[in-house]
Amino acid sequence: MIRVIDLHKAFGPNKVLRGVNLTVSKGETMVVIGQSGSGKSVLLKLMIGLLKPDAGRIAIDDEDITRLNDEALQRITKKFGLLFQGSALFDSMTVAENVRFGLERHTCYSPAEMDELVAESLARVGLSGVENLMPHQLSGGMKKRVGLARAIAYRPEIMLYDEPSTGIDPIRADAINDLINKLKAEMGVTSVVITHDMASSYKVADRIAMLFDGRIIEEGTPDEIKRSQNPVVQQFIHGKAEGPIKTY
Amino acid sequence: MAGLVKGSFLLSFLEQLGEVGLLFFKTLQNLFKKPREHRIFLRELEEIGVRSLPVISLTAAFGGLVFGLQTYVGFHRYIGPGSEAYGGPIISLGLSKELIPILVGLMVSGRVGSSMAAEIGTMKITEQIDALFSLGANPIRYLVVPRVLAAFFMLPCLTLYGDIIGIFCGYFYNVVLMGVNRIIYLQNTLRYLELWDVASGLIKASVFGLVIATIGCWQGLKAEGGAEGVGRATTRTVVLASISILILNFFLSKALPATL
Ligand SMILES: Nc1ncnc2c1ncn2[C@@H]1O[C@H](COP(=O)(O)OP(=O)(O)OP(=O)(O)O)[C@@H](O)[C@H]1O
Ligand SMILES: [Mg+2]
Repeated sequence: MIRVIDLHKAFGPNKVLRGVNLTVSKGETMVVIGQSGSGKSVLLKLMIGLLKPDAGRIAIDDEDITRLNDEALQRITKKFGLLFQGSALFDSMTVAENVRFGLERHTCYSPAEMDELVAESLARVGLSGVENLMPHQLSGGMKKRVGLARAIAYRPEIMLYDEPSTGIDPIRADAINDLINKLKAEMGVTSVVITHDMASSYKVADRIAMLFDGRIIEEGTPDEIKRSQNPVVQQFIHGKAEGPIKTY
Repeated sequence: MAGLVKGSFLLSFLEQLGEVGLLFFKTLQNLFKKPREHRIFLRELEEIGVRSLPVISLTAAFGGLVFGLQTYVGFHRYIGPGSEAYGGPIISLGLSKELIPILVGLMVSGRVGSSMAAEIGTMKITEQIDALFSLGANPIRYLVVPRVLAAFFMLPCLTLYGDIIGIFCGYFYNVVLMGVNRIIYLQNTLRYLELWDVASGLIKASVFGLVIATIGCWQGLKAEGGAEGVGRATTRTVVLASISILILNFFLSKALPATL
């Protein structure tokens, strides 16, 4: 379970998060939507301890991670699988070594079992047969899927997806939606999904939260979001240029 | 106004010194913690050691030659013809205590320090360092410790190798090219050059290794803002490491006893 309480984060004068409150229950998929630059990626990085908040608390399974030292924080990362918005593959390693990296550090499987898990994770994202390629030999969408395979390989309890379908063709993107749902159904994974794609939000979300102006301004099931009275939410989910959010 | 500028300069200098110090402290803390990154350590040993050999060979050879040349000129002019054979120990002392460790330090700053900053800096701006952390690898233990250790061990090796080449080239210039008496040259060199002269040069080189790798990793880890930021990190590494080496060298020469 993830509980975010009154979270503040600024970069210099740029106050990105100004009191975010959000709870993601165990086994639930929470989709976070919001404009580009609204701080969604920052929120994810705060959840896993890559950034330190200015104020507020983040509890993972009732453990406040904002008070942990580096060593303890590192232990917590084992629970998380993080898909980076920009994939963040290790460019000096092959695809297989990338996927294996987390297995070697977070688990105690034998080398043979790890090989199997690497192959299985790559198969899950539809990328069998690229094990020995280097990241620079992959297309953008393939990198994203290797990043996903790397994050799910060691079977984390919590998955954080930063725009899993951006840069991926619609058929693959839908396959990834299925994968997100499957991980939830098979292993009870708790997920936070950031996306701009409303169709995929409706498909994977148990609940949707909208981040705007540094706060969560609306939160509810997909149906509740669709029926929201908030004009900002309506403008966003219908993708209108006109409305309360100024585009320029 | 000028005072304000000076004050903020001093402040930022102290701040940066604090940052490097903290990184070095964390590196020491992580030195013996598991898992050890053998593969990266070996790769860095090769990168710093083996791949620096051509550059070190060249610089040490010409350093030795030119030092031999001026020593010859000096003896010839001030003490007189025939006295050049007494230059042997001076050449060997100057090379092994000062010139070779400094040349090695400067060359490795340019070759290896910069590439450490570039490699780690690129990883930083492409979020690979964040990925390391999220996949359970401590970035200090994974990136910094093997590099600092490899530099610590490799610089003395390079320096010893450079000493041999440089001293031989000093001999070559004097005895082979200028016809100085070979027996007297060698006798004097062996009589007056002490093991400590060479050893103190190697100790200096180890310190330079720590300085270069720590500065390179520090600049890489704090790189920000795309390709330009990485470029700035590499330039800064070379400048800062070179300056630190020259300054530290003086104080180390002062602190290390002349003979044991
Ligand atoms: N490391 C950083 N240093 C300074 N500012 C940052 C940093 N990371 C993010 N920001 C700022 O925080 C704000 C939110 O960034 P973030 O990446 O979270 O946006 P986002 O909601 O994920 O947008 P997108 O949908 O385009 O990915 C931006 O204004 C950005 O400039
Ligand atoms: Mg983002």
